[in-house]
Amino acid sequence: MSIANFIDNEVKSNDVVLFMKGNPQFPQCGFSGQVVQILDHIGVAYKGLNVLESSELRDGIKTYSNWPTIPQLYVKGEFVGGCDIVREMFQAGELQQLFAEKGVAAGASA
Amino acid sequence: MTVKDTITKKLSETFAPAQIDVTDESHLHAGHAGHRPGGETHFRVYIVSPSFEGKSRIERHRMVNTALAAELADRVHALAIKAQAPGEAAT
Repeated sequence: MSIANFIDNEVKSNDVVLFMKGNPQFPQCGFSGQVVQILDHIGVAYKGLNVLESSELRDGIKTYSNWPTIPQLYVKGEFVGGCDIVREMFQAGELQQLFAEKGVAAGASA
Repeated sequence: MTVKDTITKKLSETFAPAQIDVTDESHLHAGHAGHRPGGETHFRVYIVSPSFEGKSRIERHRMVNTALAAELADRVHALAIKAQAPGEAAT
């Protein structure tokens, strides 16, 4: 399976996917860590994929989304944004709204 | 010319911003994986331009990233972006 197919499969078979540095339990980058905190605060289930484990994945995800930086958040197969966008959306209540609209169950502040 | 100056110049030429503020935050990331000796790896951009009017957040970021593609491919490791249209700047 090519890396593009692997990524495509991951974002389409999981409701919420975060491509990040490190893993949700131990983020290895402040920007990835911020997105983890926001998702944990909202209380959605998500899959974290550690790009530091594979340079192929790290380069592949940048090509896939045509987005040069990590983290990258996907909801229901759709690219939502990186750290700044996720934070702005969360602060405006738009991220919570997006999860609700997409039918993603949120635990804490839905 | 520092990387900060290059970023400021390129964004100014591309977007004719009403306001632009580029901060080199590399020192905050010393020891981090993306850090390099000499710094100039981590930047924060605040830009207000009519170019962003009617554009989504993703579109705005893509516009900035495209303008700085060469820098992002080279030594710039992280770029925090806040891009606003003039009417939004007060909020």
